[in-house]
Amino acid sequence: MEQRNGSPLQVTLTAAFKAGIPVLLGYTSIGFAFGLVLVGSGLPWWLSPLMALVVYAGAAQFMGVGLLAAGVGVPEIAILTLLMNARHAVYGLSVLDRYRGTGLRKLYLVFGLTDETYGLVTTITPPPGVVPGHFYFALTMMNQFWWLSGCTAGALFGRALPLDISGLDFAMTALFVVLLVEQTKVIRRPEPYLFAAMAGIGTYLIFGSGNFIVIATALTGVLLLLFRARLERAA
Amino acid sequence: MSRILMAVAAMALVTILTRAAPFIFFAKRKPPAALDYLQTYLPPALMTILVMASFKDIRWAQVPHGIPALAAAALTALMHLWRRNVLVSIACGTAAYMALIRLIG
Repeated sequence: MEQRNGSPLQVTLTAAFKAGIPVLLGYTSIGFAFGLVLVGSGLPWWLSPLMALVVYAGAAQFMGVGLLAAGVGVPEIAILTLLMNARHAVYGLSVLDRYRGTGLRKLYLVFGLTDETYGLVTTITPPPGVVPGHFYFALTMMNQFWWLSGCTAGALFGRALPLDISGLDFAMTALFVVLLVEQTKVIRRPEPYLFAAMAGIGTYLIFGSGNFIVIATALTGVLLLLFRARLERAA
Repeated sequence: MSRILMAVAAMALVTILTRAAPFIFFAKRKPPAALDYLQTYLPPALMTILVMASFKDIRWAQVPHGIPALAAAALTALMHLWRRNVLVSIACGTAAYMALIRLIG
């Protein structure tokens, strides 16, 4: 059923659009929830499209809105964003080769390397006759466009909706649950999950919910490095 | 207002730095072994932490004792193990959560 005729640009855009349909649905709904949460926190509506344009990181944006609304300072917000998005540096390592030779497009490809775009880029094979770099570029742009649309619509029209959509932000939790299940398909050893669970429960009991992600991630990193020999020997 | 703009600028800068770091540092050399190791085992650990972080502000002692979130998360995981369709899993979990907080919240 693939569309084989048409200009290379059309073929590339069509393929990228089809590949990105899951992200279209996910990003517009989660973006909508984000816009709604942002306006509900008393922040100005334009902050939602601005963050979608220049930050473009779902979980960090949700966290940032919470921190801004709570009056947390800029340095703390920067550090927490760094810790939350450090996983993106990990993702980048495995697309170094795929993004090689894409010229100036690489700047945008790197900027737009979200969890979902990374997932698509590493699982979907570009169709024959399409330049991979062009396909990844189109996919990345479309994904950000869906995110921007959702964030803008949620901030502008979310409150005017006659529907009660409280609880829609659970989509973020559900997304993390899905990504966790996906991880269990790839990493079958129990240690990373156990270390994280132990660190998480310990952090919650000792320090409470403030700075939870930061402390739990640091503790988990220490545990992983301590047991490196054991995990690598078994791998 | 300027505090908001500074925070957004800081978030944007930090985010692009985290995404660009491997491209900047490992464009011409091979990543060290410790990074290879963390590259493998940090993602599953981080996803575990992010799921737990979603539950950290629940007031467990109060009705409904976090049941909507836990039940909806369990449904999301089961749906994903069964069908492995990202959208279906997220839609079912979110719909279940929205229904549960209205029924027992």
